[in-house]
Amino acid sequence: MENKLVVPTMAELTAKGEAPEVLFWVGCAGSFDDRAKKITKAFVKILNKADIKFAVLGTEEACTGDPAKRAGNEFLFQMQAMMNIQVLQGYNITKVVTTCPHCFNTLKNEYSKLGGKFDVVHHTQFINELLSSGKITAEGGAFRGKKITFHDPCYLGRGNDVYEAPREVLRKIDTTLVEMARSRRNSLCCGAGGAQMFKEAEKGDKEINVERTEDVLGVKADIVATGCAFCNTMLTDGVKHFNKEDDVQVMDVAELIATAADL
Amino acid sequence: MISSIIFVAVLIAGGYIFAKKASFIRRNILLGREEDRSDRKTERWLTMAKVAMGQSKMNARPVAGLLHLFVYVGFVIINIEVLEIILDGIFGTHRMFHSLFGNFYFMVINFFEVLALMVIVGVSVFWIRRMIIRIPRFWSKEMKGWPKNDALFILYIEFILMSALLIMNAADQVLMAQSPEILEAAGLSKYALNLDGHFAISQFLVGLMPQDLNMLHYIERGAWWFHIVGILAFLNYLPYSKHFHIIMAFPNTFFSKLTPKTELDNLEAVTKEVEMMFDPSIDPYAAPPEGAEEVVPSRFGAKDVKDLSWKQLMDSYTCTECGRCTSVCPASLTGKALSPRKIMMDTRDRLEEVGRGIDAHGPEYEDGISLLNDYIKPEEIWACTTCNACTEACPILIDPASIIVDLRRYLVMEESQGPAELNAVYTNIENNGAPWQFAQADRLNWKDE
Ligand code: SF4
Ligand code: SF4
Repeated sequence: MENKLVVPTMAELTAKGEAPEVLFWVGCAGSFDDRAKKITKAFVKILNKADIKFAVLGTEEACTGDPAKRAGNEFLFQMQAMMNIQVLQGYNITKVVTTCPHCFNTLKNEYSKLGGKFDVVHHTQFINELLSSGKITAEGGAFRGKKITFHDPCYLGRGNDVYEAPREVLRKIDTTLVEMARSRRNSLCCGAGGAQMFKEAEKGDKEINVERTEDVLGVKADIVATGCAFCNTMLTDGVKHFNKEDDVQVMDVAELIATAADL
Repeated sequence: MISSIIFVAVLIAGGYIFAKKASFIRRNILLGREEDRSDRKTERWLTMAKVAMGQSKMNARPVAGLLHLFVYVGFVIINIEVLEIILDGIFGTHRMFHSLFGNFYFMVINFFEVLALMVIVGVSVFWIRRMIIRIPRFWSKEMKGWPKNDALFILYIEFILMSALLIMNAADQVLMAQSPEILEAAGLSKYALNLDGHFAISQFLVGLMPQDLNMLHYIERGAWWFHIVGILAFLNYLPYSKHFHIIMAFPNTFFSKLTPKTELDNLEAVTKEVEMMFDPSIDPYAAPPEGAEEVVPSRFGAKDVKDLSWKQLMDSYTCTECGRCTSVCPASLTGKALSPRKIMMDTRDRLEEVGRGIDAHGPEYEDGISLLNDYIKPEEIWACTTCNACTEACPILIDPASIIVDLRRYLVMEESQGPAELNAVYTNIENNGAPWQFAQADRLNWKDE
């Protein structure tokens, strides 16, 4: 690694008597999953480059409870929510950015009804603002002319009506954006939501990620971009299923920008 | 005179039977638990105007959307004429609005005829789509038997009602074209309205009409009675049919969920308990303060229809079984047992069953059957990814996903059932703060890897 990542924790900042502009909520996948950790780091590189004063909770962060809630375990969810809200409020956090659409949905919508009101944005929105305001520039370079398609994560798109931010980012790096037939509101789930990520699929005649990967292969894109670590895993597995690893890359919007900006 | 009395009697009987069934359904819906949908009134009116009246979600499928618009507009507007039919029936008059509006009246009738033709075209193409093209969403497993026949009946009834209207006008225009003297001589002077010209569509049926004035009179009367009795019968058929959506779509879109699609409610009863665990100063055994509402439900989540909210139950009565939800559901598309349409149909069928039980045996009646297990199997609800494609696709803003989650809540919180892997996930979240077995202390390790 060329540049060392600067990742202050809330505890460190508070000890210095400082406060961050924004809290980066990393999420469980972003913290522990090998593939997702790369996305986390790519986003941190962008934050560092743009000189954003941010912090993470580090070891004080815990699962938002999303998988428990979708599985029906409301007790566990609300326990997690209460704990996390106490931690966040203890640090007087007002603005949060997260790379996980599930954390995004939970923090933004469900925590607010439990007393934890925060201004929550998804990293694709955050990156889009950094690009628009000129805090970072990404000239395409590596991606100029590449065919990219965007897979809308359900919890970002349909769930919270964020469709344009990730697409605007992709346009800014001079790629050719192609849309799958099922996109935006009509996007097809990757198969991971609703706690499916953590269990065997129910009996059926096909895997959902395979069905979705067919859409990706259908538009003959060089890259399928997404904004969710779980979608990323599902699509990566789907591409492997068809032995197309050499033809299609699965990348997060943060990774594309970090690469394009040569970070 | 006699015909007026018979008409009024038929009208009252038709209205009464409908009102009775409507109140049965209203009572059933109110068996559901409370849910507050009284906020954001303006937005609610706008949503109803846009989605129910404006059919805004129908154009996602342009062909079906356009044809549906034909049938919808035709049906709603032509029903203005029913008002005239009712008044004519009561007072024994003939086309009483003619005397109010003069020749403008005939223009309106011409317009209605064009609409009637559009309805006939619409339902014919719908029939072809179902029976000849066999669009798959109309042929899936939950559409066998009654649901399939119901859909066809509706198309036939609409076809016949519109045909009756046109036949009535065809006979009538031959009569109305006669000179007043001839009509007078035949004892049919009320038909003397001086129609000069033809009606837009029914003129093409005139060739099929007999010459005899009395025969024409019988045909006109016959079609007239058929039309109004048919409409009353149709009205009473509605509540037994998926076609009930023509009424329910309005309240259902009004009360629809306005919050982000993937936002789930936080169970209030759980919040109380969790707050207690976090705040030892709260005495769990203290009597609730005066006037405070008891929020402790009989159970967490939903096992049967009464555990669902009234809005979820209203959704079930509104569902038009179009299958748009199921046709985009990732689980259904990949052969899993789940079909969001079936979730809605099962909820409605079970609710009807519960309602009949209460009518027969009193409000406390328990039949030992439940929505979960007897109607909806756990493997169905465990196939859901909560992607909300179904709620997005539904043209009348039904939310099948919320029912699925409520059923899961019951299984997990009351019966500790569910896929074994998920139990491990809960344990991990509880102990390590992550769904996997990684220590919370390692959460920032990525920074230096
Ligand atoms: S939310 Fe569940 S039922 Fe609805 S479309 Fe998605 S997987 Fe199917
Ligand atoms: S829930 Fe909505 S989309 Fe699904 S069948 Fe019923 S009306 Fe159609």
